[in-house]
Amino acid sequence: MTALDDARTAAVLPDDAPSQARPTTLAKALNMGLRAAMEADPKVLLMGEDVGKLGGVFRITDSLQKDFGEHRVIDTPLAESGIVGTAVGLALRGYRPVAEIQFDGFVFPAFDQIVSQVAKVTYRTQGRARMPLVIRIPFGGGIGAVEHHAESPESLFCHVAGLRVVACSSAADAYWMIQEAIACDDPVIFFEPKRRYWEKAPLDARPAARPAGSTFTSVVRRAGSDVTVASYGPSLPVLEAAADAAAAEGRSLEVIDLRALSPLDLDPVVESVRRTGRLVVVSEAPLESSITADIAARVTEEAFYSLSAPVLRVAGFDTPYPPSKVEGYYLPDLDRVLDAVDRAINW
Amino acid sequence: MTASGGDGAPHATATRTGDAPPDEHRRGALGAGASPVAGAPTPRQVVAGLKATASAEDPVQLLSPEGEFTPHPDYPLDVDADLLRGLYRDMVLVRRFDREGNALQRQGQLSIWVPLLGQEGAQIGAGRALAPQDMAFPSYREHGIAWCRGIDPTELLGIFRGTDHSSWDPAATRFHSYTIVIGNQVLNAAGYAMGQVLDGVVGRHDPERPDEATIAFFGDGATSEGDIHEAMVFAGSFDSPVVFYCQNNQWAISEPVEVQSRVPLFHRARGYGFPGIRVDGNDVLACLAVTRWALDECRSGNGPVLVEAFTYRMDAHTTSDDPTRYRTADEGQAWNLLDPIERVRVHLVRTGQADQAFFDGVAAEADALAARFREHCLAMTPPPPDRIFSHVYSEPHRQLDRQRAEYLQYLAGFADTPDAGAQVHA
Ligand SMILES: Cc1ncc(C[n+]2csc(CCOP(=O)(O)OP(=O)(O)O)c2C)c(N)n1
Ligand SMILES: [Mg+2]
Repeated sequence: MTALDDARTAAVLPDDAPSQARPTTLAKALNMGLRAAMEADPKVLLMGEDVGKLGGVFRITDSLQKDFGEHRVIDTPLAESGIVGTAVGLALRGYRPVAEIQFDGFVFPAFDQIVSQVAKVTYRTQGRARMPLVIRIPFGGGIGAVEHHAESPESLFCHVAGLRVVACSSAADAYWMIQEAIACDDPVIFFEPKRRYWEKAPLDARPAARPAGSTFTSVVRRAGSDVTVASYGPSLPVLEAAADAAAAEGRSLEVIDLRALSPLDLDPVVESVRRTGRLVVVSEAPLESSITADIAARVTEEAFYSLSAPVLRVAGFDTPYPPSKVEGYYLPDLDRVLDAVDRAINW
Repeated sequence: MTASGGDGAPHATATRTGDAPPDEHRRGALGAGASPVAGAPTPRQVVAGLKATASAEDPVQLLSPEGEFTPHPDYPLDVDADLLRGLYRDMVLVRRFDREGNALQRQGQLSIWVPLLGQEGAQIGAGRALAPQDMAFPSYREHGIAWCRGIDPTELLGIFRGTDHSSWDPAATRFHSYTIVIGNQVLNAAGYAMGQVLDGVVGRHDPERPDEATIAFFGDGATSEGDIHEAMVFAGSFDSPVVFYCQNNQWAISEPVEVQSRVPLFHRARGYGFPGIRVDGNDVLACLAVTRWALDECRSGNGPVLVEAFTYRMDAHTTSDDPTRYRTADEGQAWNLLDPIERVRVHLVRTGQADQAFFDGVAAEADALAARFREHCLAMTPPPPDRIFSHVYSEPHRQLDRQRAEYLQYLAGFADTPDAGAQVHA
């Protein structure tokens, strides 16, 4: 196994996982990851609305201000452009700011700073200046929230060169990926699947358990042979459930967690499709101009002769996010994924 | 922050920054480290001093917390029993359905409720100052303004139950949709007011054709957003007839107002070139008088105006929030003494303008409203799935129509299990 392969499987714990792997919520894993990064590097700062005393509305930064002080965990004025714009300045000054955007729908006041400065400083200065900053965004629906609290804006960021866009889907990935994001010299838009915050999964936080390579890679979560299903963030458990249900019907799904949405790590996907001949890409975001379209186009190009069916997509619809009482219809669920799997097989 | 800062007794002087001397804005030296001069104040002390000065700014007050009425020279108001009883009834009814909203959320009938508890005076005062032709742009806590605009409280439920994003017609009610993204609506209000100028419905002074104004509602935290700064710049540049009505309830979720501003918020108006007034937000009469004055100024072409209603968020930010993590009970208790409803009740009793029958009548009406509110909520059904696809564009679009048709056909395959598609699996 290469180091990269190692990284791709590291998050999959064997059934007889060592006792150091503890059931941990994704939220707690992020909190632990932030703490580890702050302990490792005094230049790491957290900033955002309500991140200090309150510990964030999702408690991701719980206790960190108490332990690291008001100078390292900063309750900012209520202004997202301000948060990201000053984070840029802090990064230019040698800090590694981790900015929290309270909800997906509230990042847009900062969009100008993200597109015009965050993404372009390295390019503009020909690498003389770097942008080691992380923008954490809880994203996705399924929590019964009011408008602007359930959006999936990731593709808007994927379209901007210079940004790294990643999404975690499990406690172990949350823990290691946030640390890699903070250590990264490029700006990272870090999407957190808010409806999975309270789900527990084994986390082995020992330094020895650190993944050998980058976590900003696509990883095979479950090997299979009939259809490849790929997604990221909140939809991963849907894919796992689909794989279970399909297995009961004698169909074998290969589940891929993309993790890195931009730049995409497509080699594992292409390699998988060469074996299965079928790909279903799943995302909560609207269909049009989404990264799912990018994946479909590129896989078609690279694995055209291996494909037995077109790449199919299961996604939100081309509408604004609907009122929460109908979000169950909007979000890709087990049945819609299985329906696409059927269509791919029967094409 | 002390609860009673400046709110103690009635004051006769208006604090209108437009009239203030030019050297009024002192600057601190935040972040400059220890004081370079021995014995001179440190930057932190300077800031603390500024804040102390800030909280001593006296808001306009007509009715003291003890229920004592004192007319204000700059903001005259004809006060009679009908007015007082009407305002009292408004506040009690609004508070009652607001409490019912909280209860319904606790019982799982709403996914969230945004309480207005404590801000009834600030909202009913401003809401009753509006004329029918004025336009209002709320944020998400303006249940009292909605009430004054004739929006039935049950209309508010859909947003919080998740059956719709907004249910009333903004043009017909002259009450824009609730806006959740902090600050957005304030720029929209400034633009609406520009339209009023372009339409020539400002400054006509013709009793046959009443002039119009716009009012924008936002919080103390919101004042930090660029949108609000830009709104004030635009409104200043175009002499727009817009009242910027900031309910400073001292908190933006867990952040005290000190995080947002070194100066009292109403002082900011001066930098934009228009008057700013701080009003006792728990004094419904003062809020009514000041907002009426501000709207009149705007209607006659002297806008914009900033009004800071100094009040307190007596409940949590929303039902999802836990304020015990960031503020003390003492603070809330101090503000309880300044309750906006209680002072009107005391005044009515003391002056003999209302008897027990009146209060009992309002209480009974409030209970009936709460019961109707609850019944309506329990009877609300989820919208059908094709609601997802409706009104994305002003007219049908082929691609979306196809997406809808395919999806509904897919759902029809589950006809035996009607809810199958409605579950969020895994
Ligand atoms: C652009 C944006 N950022 C963040 C939020 C999340 N949020 C909702 S309410 C709130 C605090 C608002 O405080 P304030 O303006 O004082 O109004 P209040 O809630 O106290 O009435 C925050 C941060 C939001 N809704 N919109
Ligand atoms: Mg506030």
